[in-house]
Formats: sequence, structure tokens, C-alpha cells
Amino acid sequence: MANYSLKINGKTEQIDIDPTTPMLWVLRDHFNLVGTKYGCGIAQCGACTIHLGDTAVRSCQLPVSAVGEQQITTIEGLSENGDHPVQKAWVEEDVYQCGYCQAGQIMNASAFLKKNPNPTDKEIEVAMNGNICRCGTYLRIKKAIKTAASSENA
Amino acid sequence: MTHIKTQYNRRSFIKVSAAAGGGMLIGFSWLNGCKPNTPELAEGVAVPKEWFEINGYIKIGETGMVTIYSPNPEIGQNIRTSMPMIVAEELDVPWENVVVEQAPLNTGWYQNQFAGGSLSIRLSWNALRMAGATGRRMLMEAAAKEWGLEVADLTASEGMIKEANGERSISYGEIASKAVGIEIPEEVELKAVNDFKLIGTSVKNVDGKKIVTGEPLFGLDFHREGMQLAMIQHPPAFGMKVKDFNEAEIKSMPGVTDAFIIDTTIAEPGGFDEQGFKHLIAIVGKSTWQLMQAKKALKANWETSGELESSDTHLKRLEKALVSGEVVESRKDGNPEAAFKRAAKVIERTYSAPFIAHNTLEPMNFFANVTEDAAELIGPTQTPEALEGSVAKLLNLPLENITVNMTRIGGGFGRRLYVHFGVEAAAISKKIGGPVKLIYSREDDMTQGTYRPTYRSVYKAGLDENNNLIAFSVKGAGLPDGPIFPNRFPAGAVDNYSAEKINAETNVTTGAWRAPRSNFTAGAEQSFLDEVAEAAGKDPIDFRLELFERAIKDPVGEEYEYDAERYAGVLKLVKEKANWGETKPEIYRGVAAYFCHSTYVAEVFDMVVNDGQPTVQKVWCAVDCGIVVNRDAAKNMIQGGVIDGIGHSMYSQLTFENGAPNQMNFDKYQLIRHSQAPKEIEVFFVENQIDPTGLGEPGLPPAIGALANALYKVTGQRHYHQPFMTEKQVVG
Repeated sequence: MANYSLKINGKTEQIDIDPTTPMLWVLRDHFNLVGTKYGCGIAQCGACTIHLGDTAVRSCQLPVSAVGEQQITTIEGLSENGDHPVQKAWVEEDVYQCGYCQAGQIMNASAFLKKNPNPTDKEIEVAMNGNICRCGTYLRIKKAIKTAASSENA
Repeated sequence: MTHIKTQYNRRSFIKVSAAAGGGMLIGFSWLNGCKPNTPELAEGVAVPKEWFEINGYIKIGETGMVTIYSPNPEIGQNIRTSMPMIVAEELDVPWENVVVEQAPLNTGWYQNQFAGGSLSIRLSWNALRMAGATGRRMLMEAAAKEWGLEVADLTASEGMIKEANGERSISYGEIASKAVGIEIPEEVELKAVNDFKLIGTSVKNVDGKKIVTGEPLFGLDFHREGMQLAMIQHPPAFGMKVKDFNEAEIKSMPGVTDAFIIDTTIAEPGGFDEQGFKHLIAIVGKSTWQLMQAKKALKANWETSGELESSDTHLKRLEKALVSGEVVESRKDGNPEAAFKRAAKVIERTYSAPFIAHNTLEPMNFFANVTEDAAELIGPTQTPEALEGSVAKLLNLPLENITVNMTRIGGGFGRRLYVHFGVEAAAISKKIGGPVKLIYSREDDMTQGTYRPTYRSVYKAGLDENNNLIAFSVKGAGLPDGPIFPNRFPAGAVDNYSAEKINAETNVTTGAWRAPRSNFTAGAEQSFLDEVAEAAGKDPIDFRLELFERAIKDPVGEEYEYDAERYAGVLKLVKEKANWGETKPEIYRGVAAYFCHSTYVAEVFDMVVNDGQPTVQKVWCAVDCGIVVNRDAAKNMIQGGVIDGIGHSMYSQLTFENGAPNQMNFDKYQLIRHSQAPKEIEVFFVENQIDPTGLGEPGLPPAIGALANALYKVTGQRHYHQPFMTEKQVVG
């Protein structure tokens, strides 16, 4: 066990925990931030995507001991009122079916758009290829990313 | 004018009371209700009790806000939006004034709720319309009474009641409290389909904001103060049983509070009690990660209790079944044997598909709190009533002491019709004497069973010298269930026809997987017909239309599951929309049509070669599901079905070695990803006034046929064995 001071969604949180614990379970089990989803545990599905600083990472592969001073953002902290352009675009395009993967999709898409504000279709596909949507909403996800990109550039 | 009854034999489907905080509360039986044409039941025939169970509510508040309490499980088919739309249509309120809430938790309310077989809308259509229409009628009667007029003197629309020849108007909210005292009308008039204002439009998902902000909606997100977590370990192979494990060592691990073996054997199991393994190791503790570590440290002794089957075993069994298996269901028209003998050309092809897992992205999980005389269960289930029954049997408790409540469901596809994970949670909770949430790891989920069966079918067609289809036969075997629907197309369209269904045995457990059996038969039959059309020198759509023409004019035999005109209708629509017949360089086209779950779908695929890989560029879908309720959401379902069909037929399979699945997670089990999805999917609906039918499943099956047929155009080879990626792809 070890003590960590974590910066999560703009707040500093203390935790005494096994250093190998992945952030996914730190968030879900210990801080009740359950918007970050468990899908595979081996970085294949992207449901657990969060931001470490500005980078999208798979929280199932990020041990708490590796976080250090970096800011962690989860879906709950992406925006104050659910009004991040990517969240708005998701609502606008009515993307979801079951909805389970969408927090991970949104976190990946928002980090991607920050780095590439005007992506091509091909670039979107490559960037989003690690996020599985079992319901098959891929076309709407792509459309929402484009909608968000154009609203951010407006 | 359609009238609908609100009661049967003086028992009402509707109950009205004053709403807390003012206004009117209408309770109704969400899934059932007297249909306009319900035949009078004979004297002494028991009326199903669920006809009268009140499980949906409409609250018309004094402000005019209408709250619709929906009891349905949401697995992603968007019924929490589309079903309230139907109520709002008949009630005639603006959608902006409608709030959809989960019906409050209460024992028994969820009985008869069910999300499977694309049935939700089909079963509820009349009940939802009746409830809305009753509310509207009662509000009008209250207004008429208030003004000393007749109902005929009033109009009601968009939440306002107006005097037809006068100035007075009153909002639903203002009159709602007074409508409580009005006698419930025995029957009410439904709107004409042409007068629909809301149904047929596109309404956004009522839970959208909650989904994009990560609110705790799903079973896996459920938390109750004081609850523990649990994980299970089942045997590594079908045909194995747990004997013992290093209990003391596991119990001493950090964060582990208990470890034991549970027995979840259910006496007289029902249809949803499919269980891969009845005896499981359960580990209970405080955090998921600690439980995962404990699982890794498990040293269990497994004993062999049955055959350890491999994929080779499965193939041999299917081949043998096709030769000498017992036919359990069949159809025969004319004399196929003689017709094949005199045919100028005979084509025979064998198709197969592997076991596949549902792989809902939210793994199986359930919360249970079992006390001495009661059990409370909360989680993602499509069949709460079945779970209630199974838990009652397991714990030997009366049904009324079991409560099952549903969370949002992170993907179903049939998987959560089966209730074993809820039963397991109950067994664990009973053992520890406290609340617990059971969580499956992905590996537990993928290797537990309840798979789509593996199938193998032989299709045979005979053409005469004029290239007319004179004989057609299909023989299909499955482990365990043969993939045959004897009365589906082309039954009725061919003079000499035979279909034979053969079941064979396996100890790998299976269950309903999105569009059961259709998810295989559509691909096989539709690519076979494509090959037959080619052999006949006919355009594949014209060839099918000729067959439908025959089935319309002079059907062969007595029984058919399909309406040939509607079937032909979707093919004609897709033909027009896709400009079928037009050829473009380097675009390769395939077509397929299929009917299942009462809905007709035809699809055209355009494939291209990208970086040496065949890729679906564009898909056109033509759908006849009767009245379309929520247009954009309906398109979403079809688009998802197409992508799911491509994904599983192209990439996904479970193979077995010594009883154990070789694929345990998404590193080896391939699911379709963004870059493999079509670039565009257009969906067109046949506009008619037929009661709506399901959309959860029918989009998937024809996608497999259209994909196989387009792949043939790209590669020059037919694809017979799923997943198609395992067949050699020669491009160019």
C-alpha cells in the first residue's frame, strides 16, 4: 500500500492503495467516478479512456503509481454542464444505442480533436480504431466528431 | 375510425387517481391491453392476469408537464424514447412538455417486462395508444363538464382543449385534477394514422445527456453503501467441474473477505436458465482490482465431468448430423427428388458459421441482497420475471419476496435474456449474508457460454433448361439447434421444395443471439440464391422478384411465414434507391433481402478495394417495419444491425480446444472497428399504415448475404464459411 495525492477533475484527492491498481478501478471503486467503463481490462476496447494531461489513455493500463502530478480528467470532469463541444455533438447526432462505450469514445475524440482540430475521415478512423462500439454506432460517432470539429472552428 | 376498449369483462386496463402534488395519474398495463380486434374469449377461459397489471404511468401535472413512467429495460433499442412517443401522440401533448422517468421501484411491477425478439414495440403499441387516448378523452370530458358542453363540442390538441365554436380554452394541466373524477370510458377512439404528428418524426434519446456525462446508469455502476464486490471463477473448459481450490491462501489475500464454492443448480430450469457452469468459485472483497489479483492466485483442481470438445469434434458432429441426423422439423412441397433428377443444372453448396459470443460491452454483473426471508436484485436483465422465478427456486423463497429492478443495459443482443449471473449474485449474497455486486471479467464473460450455436447447412437448387428454378432444398444442422425455418422464403415460390432441420449435441452452452438462426440462414440462403441467379444468367434482384411474383400469384403449399408483396416491396425500393443495374468502375455490388421478426429488410452493398483490402463503401437499406415510430432512432438500429452483421460474419469466431474457448478477450476475438465499418449507410422505409414491428434484429441478417455477394464480385470467389476473413481472399 502507498499514499497518493491525485489531481482528478480539478480536485486533489488522497488515497492509500496498492500501487499496481489501475486508475480504472481507482476511479470506479474508490472515487465512485463510474462514468469510466470497464470493457476488457487489456487496452483493446477503449471503454476506460480518460485524459492524462491532454492525452487520451487507457485507464485499465495506467497504474496509480504512474500518475504523479499529472491532471486526470474523466467523463464527469470533461465539462461543467455536459456542454463540451464533443458532448453536444453526441447529443446532436443522437449517436448512442446502449451507451456503454460512449464515455470512452467521447474522451478519445475530445483529446484527438484538441491535437487535430480538422481531421479527415481517415484520420478519425485511425484515431478511433481502438474504441469498440458493440452496437455499431461508428458512422454517427464519425459524424459527431466532424460536427464537434466544425463547431469548435466556428 | 378505430376504437379500442379500456376494459375486458368489466376489469379495467386503466386506473386513474389524483397525482401527488396535483394533477392526474393514469396507471395502465404497459405491454398489454385489449386490442381493437381482440376476439371475445369463450366463457370460462382464463384471462391472462398480466393483461391487467398496472406497470406504466402517465402523470399530467397542473403545470401541463406530462411525465411518462416507463418500466421497460433499455438495452439500446431506444424504447425509453419511442414508447413514450406513442403515449404522447394519442394524448396529444407537445413533446417539449414530456418527461420520461423510470417507473418507481416496486415488487411485481416489472413482471412481464421483456426485451427480446424485437417485440417491445409490437407488444405495446395498442396498450400505449389506449393509455394516451384515454387520458385525452377524460381531460376533454372534464372540460366539457366544466363548461356545460358535450365532448363533441371540443377539440384537444398539443396539450390544449378548445371550444370548437367559441372562445374558451383550457390547458391539460389546468383541468387535470378535475379529470380524476371522470368515469373511465369503456372504449376510446384512436387517432387516424394520417393524423399522427409525433410518430414518424425523429425524437432524440431521452437519456442522451446522462450518457454523454457519464451518469451511473448501468448495472456495473450500481452502488449501495456497505455492499461488497464479488468475482467468480468458472472451470476453464466445458465438460469440467470444480473440485476444490486453495481457499485458505485466497482468503488471506489483501482485500479478500471470503472465498467459497457456490452451487447454482436450479430445480426444473426454465428457458432462460441456461448455465455454462453450475458450480463456481466465488471470491468476495472490497475492490475489483484486489479480486482480480485473487483470481490470478487461484489454484483450483478441476475434474472432468463430460467430453472435452474441440472445434474438430464440432465439425465432425455437424457433418455427421447432415448425413444421418434425425430430422426434427421439415417441409416438403412437390417432388424435389424427381425434380433434381430432371433438372438441367444442379447446384449444391455447403455453408457454415462458428460459435460466437455476445460480447456485450458491459460484462455480466448483478447486485443482490439476500436476507433470511427476502431477496432484492438490481442489474441489467432483459427478463426480470425469469430471474425472479429462478432466484425464488434457488433460495426456496416465495415469489412475492423477491424484487428485481432493472438498470440500463450495456448491450443485450440476447445475452441478458439468460439469468444465471443474477442467480449467482443471489447465491453469493446468501452465503455472505449481505449485499454484494457480482462482476464478471471480460474473460469470464467470453468463456462462460450461452453462445450463438455453430451451424452447417447444405443448399441445393435445380434449374430447368430455361433456367427456371424447379427444385430447392435445404438441410441444416446446428449444435444444438438446426438453422432452418421450413416455412420461410423460398417456400411457397418453388414447386418442388424441401427443408429439413437437424439438431445435434454439444455441452457448450448456447442461447439466443441477435436474430437467432436468421443470423446464419440469411447469409447462407441469400448468397446461395445469388449463385443460383448467376447460374441461371439472371440479375439477382430480378431472379428474386420472379420468385416473389410466383409466391404472390400461385403460392405453393399451405403455410408461409412471409408476405411476398412486402418482401418484394423492399427489394424494389432498394433497387430504386441504389440505382441497381448501374455499373461503376471499381465498385463491386451485392444484394440480399431477408424477413425475420415481422420486418422486411433489403440491402445493397457497394464494396471497393482499399490498400488491397475489400471494404464496404456504401450500404442502402430498404425497410418495411410498418409504421415508423422514431425515424432517426429506427435508422440507428438498422445501421447498427448492418455493422454488426458485417463484423460477425467477417471477423468473429470462437474456436475450441479440449473444451476450452481459444479466444478469451478482444485481443484474439475480433470485433468490427471504426475503420472496418462502411463509410455510409442510408436507410429508407416503406411508408404504410401497418402496426409497427421490431427493428432490433432484422437489419443484421441480410447484411451477411449482401456482404458475401459483394465480396464475390471483388474477389471472384464465393464465400461459404464464416468468418469470411478466414477464407482466402484473393483480390484482383
